[in-house]
Amino acid sequence: MPESLIAIKDALPYLLQGSLVTLIVVAGAMALGLTIGVPLAVGQVYGHPALRRVIGVYVWFFRGIPLLVLLFLFYFGLCTALDINLTAFTVAIIVLGLISSAYQSQIFRGAILSLPEGQFKAARALGMSDLKAISFIVLPQALRLSIPGWSNEYSILLKDSAVTYALGVAEIMARAHFVATRTYQQLPLYLAAGVIFLVLTYLGTRGLRMLEEKVRIPGYSAHGL
Amino acid sequence: MASPILRIENVSKRYGKKDVLKGASLTVHKGDLKILIGPSGAGKSTLLQCINFLVKPDEGRIWLEDQEVHYAHKRNLYAYRQKVGMIFQDFNLFDHLNALENVRIGMVKVKGMAKAEAGERAVMELERVGLKDHMQKYPAQLSGGQKQRVSIARALAMDPKVMLLDEPTSALDPELIGEVHAVIRDLGNNGMTMIMATHQIGFASSLASEIIFMEDGQILERGTPEKIFFQAENARTKEFCSKITELYGETR
Repeated sequence: MPESLIAIKDALPYLLQGSLVTLIVVAGAMALGLTIGVPLAVGQVYGHPALRRVIGVYVWFFRGIPLLVLLFLFYFGLCTALDINLTAFTVAIIVLGLISSAYQSQIFRGAILSLPEGQFKAARALGMSDLKAISFIVLPQALRLSIPGWSNEYSILLKDSAVTYALGVAEIMARAHFVATRTYQQLPLYLAAGVIFLVLTYLGTRGLRMLEEKVRIPGYSAHGL
Repeated sequence: MASPILRIENVSKRYGKKDVLKGASLTVHKGDLKILIGPSGAGKSTLLQCINFLVKPDEGRIWLEDQEVHYAHKRNLYAYRQKVGMIFQDFNLFDHLNALENVRIGMVKVKGMAKAEAGERAVMELERVGLKDHMQKYPAQLSGGQKQRVSIARALAMDPKVMLLDEPTSALDPELIGEVHAVIRDLGNNGMTMIMATHQIGFASSLASEIIFMEDGQILERGTPEKIFFQAENARTKEFCSKITELYGETR
């Protein structure tokens, strides 16, 4: 067996453990982004003009600053300045989640705006408060429409998570780098890392595609299927 | 005479500089069917939407069963809207819910009824509008006429005191208008109080207790169908009625 294959074989269990870390970071960030992103989108569509401006600034902030800068700002800057003791892993999830919330909010906002306005009116005409109409009528439909955009967001987050290696999070990239510099098998190891990312992207987007199909509203055609 | 079920006094609405509704007043008694007619942009739809405050009037007061509606008071407004059913021109069914769920959701989420009980009532209302066999279908699987009947069932399930119908058949294929008219006629025969905007004057004249002609945000003339269609006093009413009769056929 050539040396490069042996290097990959030896490192594989170690790299796969890293992909578990990557997946937890990505899942945590997606979940945090969803939790914050939905209220942001609702606020931006239905909120008071002042609230909309505040949300606009939030979105601008987290979409405008590079990930690496934000990671350092939070981990080395804020955590030290405020004397908060957080692990690099936790900071990675929080920062990626906050950035993702800004992007996800725009996915949801677009989805909400694409719904026919009349349904919101009809819900209120039944006596629903705005909040009920949004929770039971608008969001169930908007979230369905958001799945394709969400699958984009997943693949971007997955790749961005490699940057958290700079904080020392033991994800795929950090581990590949660690082994590569010790064994001098750079090519096979970074290649292996790349392939793991490709597989994870495929599995995730495939899963979201299946979810999209599963929650499709009967009677609506699925284009291209 | 019994006190009116719904009283609307001097309701006005302005969009920017344009007065779309200039002080409309209306008194509706139980069992009345008031028909609003008039050209597009006359303010019929705005008036109907002002009645349940989907459009907030700039001026005017509204009473339901002698209780004034204070729309700035949210609880008061939501309670009032439950009692005023609204039917829209383009149905506005909830696309992610099937027919049964469309009818049930208001009872469950607004009235707080148990799902099972609300479900039974929903089945009853759907049977009443002739959709027994379509309860599991989603809006995208229903024809326009069926959708409008679901939306009528949805409104009826809330036990409304008054129904507002905003051109309920204008978006329908001519062939499908009949089935919706039959349901509305049935409602009228059962004593439902309704205010309806429509261009279907044949249907209107056979049912209406009063026809109200609107133009340019104002009520120009009102009276029995005979009076409005055959002996209108206002020249514009005459002109409009003769044009629309030509278009939609005889009034009887």
